[in-house]
Amino acid sequence: MRYPNAAVAAVHDVDLTIAAGEFAVLLGPSGCGKSTLLRTINRLVEPTAGTVLIDGADVRERDATELRRGIGYVIQAVGLFPHYTVADNVAVVPRLLGWDDARVQRRVDELLGLIRLDPARYRDRKPRELSGGEAQRVGVARALAAQPRVLLMDEPFAAVDAIVRASLQDEIARVHRELGTTIVFVTHDVDEALRLADRVVVMNAGRVVQAAPPEEILEHPADDFVRDLVGVDAETRRLALERPLVERS
Amino acid sequence: MIYLATHLDRVGALIGQHVFLVGVSLAVALLIALPLGVVAARNPRAAAVVLGVTGALYTIPSLALLALLVAALGLGQLTAIVALVVYAQMILVRGIVAGLQGVDPALVDSARGLGLTARQTLLRVEFPVALPVVLGGVRVAAVSLVALATVAAWIHAGGLGELLFEGISTDNPQKIFAGALAAAVLAVAADLSLRAAERAVRT
Repeated sequence: MRYPNAAVAAVHDVDLTIAAGEFAVLLGPSGCGKSTLLRTINRLVEPTAGTVLIDGADVRERDATELRRGIGYVIQAVGLFPHYTVADNVAVVPRLLGWDDARVQRRVDELLGLIRLDPARYRDRKPRELSGGEAQRVGVARALAAQPRVLLMDEPFAAVDAIVRASLQDEIARVHRELGTTIVFVTHDVDEALRLADRVVVMNAGRVVQAAPPEEILEHPADDFVRDLVGVDAETRRLALERPLVERS
Repeated sequence: MIYLATHLDRVGALIGQHVFLVGVSLAVALLIALPLGVVAARNPRAAAVVLGVTGALYTIPSLALLALLVAALGLGQLTAIVALVVYAQMILVRGIVAGLQGVDPALVDSARGLGLTARQTLLRVEFPVALPVVLGGVRVAAVSLVALATVAAWIHAGGLGELLFEGISTDNPQKIFAGALAAAVLAVAADLSLRAAERAVRT
């Protein structure tokens, strides 16, 4: 994938298969192409060469907006609509899909419950009345509203403080286990990647350097780049992996 | 005050004409400025052209523009409305461009990512979020047009300018005062009501 007027391709020679239900984390430094790769999945970026397949079908065969309605999308800046209430934000995609009101309301309350925000207290709030962590929970609920089989998350927890980030990580891990949604998650945070991923996809300069489960990344880094990335703390990080994720909170 | 007190009917009728001139001009101007503003907000090259042309039109002295338009369209209301529409363009387009460009790009990205079409993103997200700034432009345009519309009387388009021009030519300060006061009240009323609207649409 090469952007217009760019000398080098942002992402190239990527051959990656993500299994249904997998939690795949794209990890790498800024500018390595991880967000670009993520955005080719819902066609916010169109590859200049190559194809993206979901369930064996080329995403370019489908109408882009219709494709996106079936794929959850969460970004760092959250992007809740400020003039909508929490409930209306969560209801955006169901309404686009033409669900009736009763079904939309039920789904909104169900999702607020899933992300542990009391519907009675939060349904009618405006985004400006939410903390950063609450806003991102609503962002996740909005992305999951129409039961997408794939959820794309672009540095979703990078803008919140460490404590909130840890609890959001626990939440998304739990949601993943409960719903079995395929998640593709972009981060530059090594610890976050290792905590959450079934498989870490390490990227550098537009290429996939290694795609392997966290233990294998730590124990057998594919090259010096991966070794440096997981760093001298590799042993501590390996030990941290043995601690169960959800019982932390 | 004497003229105002004894000629309330006439002043009232002229206020009605004035409001009509400004209201119609503002509505037509908005219909033109909205698409221009949307295009200019999305495309820097179009923005340079649109803002350059509307800015240049705005610098033409109002009497000169009216004189030119009279040569083309003759005397009367239509000519005055055309002139007011031309003047309002720059203010309205600038407000629309500033409003749309001020929308957080993350909002547009998330809207597109959720599966809103470009049109739905514009109508449901970008416009509502830009609305307070756009209304700020409408307010400045409305107040300017109330002032500019007084010149319309000079080309037989009616409005409160009639009192000003009659007052000057007949050396009647009472008429001038009545016209000036009524125009000032109109301008303040437009300003206050549109300010209230701006506050109401702020999220």
